[in-house]
Amino acid sequence: MNLLNISELTIKIGKKTVLHNVGLSVKRGEIVTIVGPNGSGKSTLLKAIIGALEPASGKVERSSDLRIGYVPQKLHIDPTFPLTVRRFLCLPYSFTKLAIQNSLEQAGVEDLELQQMADLSGGQFQRVLLARALLSKPNLLILDEPTQGLDQAGSANFYRQIEEVRNQLTCSVLMVSHELHVVMATSDKVICLNGHVCCEGKPEQVASAPEYLALFGSGTQGALALYRHEHTHSHDQSHDHFHENS
Amino acid sequence: MMTLFDSFLVRAAFAGFGVTLAAAPLGCFVVWRRMAYFGEATAHASILGVALALTFSFSLFGGVLIVALLMATVVSGISSRGYAMDTLLGVTAHSALAFGLVSVSLLQGVRIDLMSYLFGDILSVSKNDLLMIWGGAISVLIIIKWRWSALLISTINPDLAHASGINPKREQLVLTVALAIVVAVAIKVIGILLIAAMLIIPAASARPFSQTPERMVFIAASLGGVSAIGGLRLAYIYDTPTGPTIVCVATTIFIMSIIGNYLQRAFIK
Repeated sequence: MNLLNISELTIKIGKKTVLHNVGLSVKRGEIVTIVGPNGSGKSTLLKAIIGALEPASGKVERSSDLRIGYVPQKLHIDPTFPLTVRRFLCLPYSFTKLAIQNSLEQAGVEDLELQQMADLSGGQFQRVLLARALLSKPNLLILDEPTQGLDQAGSANFYRQIEEVRNQLTCSVLMVSHELHVVMATSDKVICLNGHVCCEGKPEQVASAPEYLALFGSGTQGALALYRHEHTHSHDQSHDHFHENS
Repeated sequence: MMTLFDSFLVRAAFAGFGVTLAAAPLGCFVVWRRMAYFGEATAHASILGVALALTFSFSLFGGVLIVALLMATVVSGISSRGYAMDTLLGVTAHSALAFGLVSVSLLQGVRIDLMSYLFGDILSVSKNDLLMIWGGAISVLIIIKWRWSALLISTINPDLAHASGINPKREQLVLTVALAIVVAVAIKVIGILLIAAMLIIPAASARPFSQTPERMVFIAASLGGVSAIGGLRLAYIYDTPTGPTIVCVATTIFIMSIIGNYLQRAFIK
């Protein structure tokens, strides 16, 4: 069975419907990427998957052997909180020194064990988060815009690392990304989200889908994507939209 | 039979120790989670608990515990619509104190020494009080030890907690209960007005010298203990109010820790 099956998922935050009738599945070993404009519910969807948000309706079915490694969008560790990298990796479950070293090595930051979390650079911080996610030997790695705040070289490096990790662990990856050129190159499946699933499929299918083009404009194969959101874009199916400003 | 605890000074010392021991881990969470005002609001509300306990003549500890718990729950449930959280906490902290003071003064036929609740009366701690204080302190330590890792990860990031199967809301509740217990046991020792100080100041002093959360709690407990004993001794010598004297000593240690940290950074590179 699939690692994850989501059907007709609706999530409300307060009175606002953030996700409406979303369906999604992740097969074993698959790399699935979620793209969509700001405020389209990408992070909300990931939070529903890790159980941080309760669905208003619909189902999130997790395979019984599902082990999630979660890398959050951005994490601010208060400078009042003294925390070494090693201690952080052992929260809430402790691991052996060897396991910690292995995971740091897999994430490409083997010498940071005794550093304070507050002293890490943006790129190091993201890799430590990745190392923490890897410790539980996940079969599904969930990443929420993992390269936010990294420069282009840094983010390219980070994605290369993720690919390497995936090849080693043969785990599935579900990620939210803004970097469409990377997404297009590495994903098995792309889901274009805007409160609902606008379109999904293989990267090349999605890239040429009218819904996708309406959201992101053409020419997104390059490094720069236009994140303008057209409210009047047309869809094959007729369904309601849930926009903040509509 | 003469025992160690027949001396009021020894009882006072043990009472001070008990409170600072329980206050240390909680004080660290108050600092990490930026809950200083939250601690203050809970502490101030406890004067209402005093009024309640006196009116219905049941144990002071029970009255304070109930009100502190209620206040902590209300405050953590407040939805901050249109107001910043610190504004709302400022309102609740001070109004709880005001309402508490008014209701205590309305009590008929009861003459109470208000000062002893506001600033503590550590020298009048009885053996019974001591039992209460240590009972409360030990239960707080057990609770915190039991939930330690879950509390830490919830403090760092609620989503990471969820992903590890931990409900951060439940951990928040655990902290709330622990805070209410600390307030209830600290009232006799340090007084309502200065409980928050004993939570925050030792933890703040410990921060520059800590690399891990465990170490910070350990140092905060040690500094709190030193403040309690030192303050007690100075108050005895100079005949000053004990609670404020303890806080003065804690603050002196805090200033020394800032200077020490500065020197450490300047000279040891």
